[in-house]
Amino acid sequence: MKKSKIYPDALTALSDFKSNMSLMSGGFGLCGIAENCIDALAQMDVTNLTVISNNIGNSGRGLVKILIQHKIKKAFCSYVGGNPDLEKQMMEKKIDVELVPQGTFAERIRAGGMGIRAFYTPTGYGTLVAEGKEVKNFDRPCILETALTADYAIIKAQKADPYGNLWFKETARNFSPLMAMAAKVTVVEVEELVNLGDIPPEDVHLPGLFVQKIFLGKNYKNEIEILKLKEKANELDK
Amino acid sequence: MSWTNNQMADEIIALFPKGSSVNLGIGIPTLIADRITPDMEIMIHSENGVLGVDGRPSAKTVSATLINAGKETISVRPGCSFFDSATSFGMIRGGHIDFCVLGGMEVDGQRNLANWMIPGKKVTGMGGAMDLVHGAKTVIVMMAHKNKEGSSKLLKECTLPLTGMNVVDLVITELGIFKPQNGNFTIKKLAPGISKEQLSNQAELFQK
Repeated sequence: MKKSKIYPDALTALSDFKSNMSLMSGGFGLCGIAENCIDALAQMDVTNLTVISNNIGNSGRGLVKILIQHKIKKAFCSYVGGNPDLEKQMMEKKIDVELVPQGTFAERIRAGGMGIRAFYTPTGYGTLVAEGKEVKNFDRPCILETALTADYAIIKAQKADPYGNLWFKETARNFSPLMAMAAKVTVVEVEELVNLGDIPPEDVHLPGLFVQKIFLGKNYKNEIEILKLKEKANELDK
Repeated sequence: MSWTNNQMADEIIALFPKGSSVNLGIGIPTLIADRITPDMEIMIHSENGVLGVDGRPSAKTVSATLINAGKETISVRPGCSFFDSATSFGMIRGGHIDFCVLGGMEVDGQRNLANWMIPGKKVTGMGGAMDLVHGAKTVIVMMAHKNKEGSSKLLKECTLPLTGMNVVDLVITELGIFKPQNGNFTIKKLAPGISKEQLSNQAELFQK
């Protein structure tokens, strides 16, 4: 009989994750991050990790938990504003960070999942990002960018069924489906574990083929980084 | 008298034809979302995966999973859609977004923009800015005219690492609206009571 994809918790689902591995971690800022998996990594004895994640956490939260434990050797990300711990480690050269334009970042991950080895894009031409990269002229000059893949992806969805079909809430989807496609092993934590067929086929955001392990998460904080309310408009106008 | 941030936002909104798609960058450009009314039929895109951003949410409707690229809580309007980051940047990189409005540290007369790092001092990362400046049909930079030391951020040549080369279509500051071209800035409009001499100690950089 085929082994079930359902695991009891993050530590069990990540039991084969080891030092020196590469890890993709979904989420935009703190929106849609795999909170339980990150907490498990903070408890696990793993180091020398290569982490691919848009922000590497923010404001002391999310992946910052393992960043400050010095478990990350190399990071790929697009934006570190709002993450003073990462900016500090970068300035002190304690971590190797490759800053990637966000669209190139998404496309490199998508390419990784789709079997595309590399692609040309005008993004970054004439900037530090283009240094050392092949340039080719199409309608305008473009640089060659290579695909990103990883040993593991940790992502969070609102709902999963036992096959791993996923449904994401609002803007929590971001990089997660792409990462699930680009990683050898994708671990998904969810707020709701539903039955097969409960997510209508037309509404499946990521087919379960790309998902290897699923568990029902707990104690979600779902933190808001910057609370803006209608009731407090005009505060920016000077 | 120089424009307020809201007045700058209104000057930019006046440039958008009805039915435009617009991406708003982090910082003061997000003010624009609060000032666009439904009758303008403008679809606001945010690169974290939403088309159809409205202004701020109320305390009753606020959601931790509904944010813009500045990680601020937002609301959405009817006709809105959500999608993954590759689709979102496909909208940008594929040339489907009409306007982008982003912040800036420096812009020069060669249409270059710098807004992502100060070597040895500050690194924020480029986020989606390098994609936006090459993908959006019209690139507008919305920023303070002068830096903390009081010198103009509109320059003959950028000194900071570039975000994009030869990409800026229009710059709006509290002092006016300027079009970089051929090494200089053409003055499209000045805020009330502002004279050319107040724009820079290199007045020759600005032309009527």
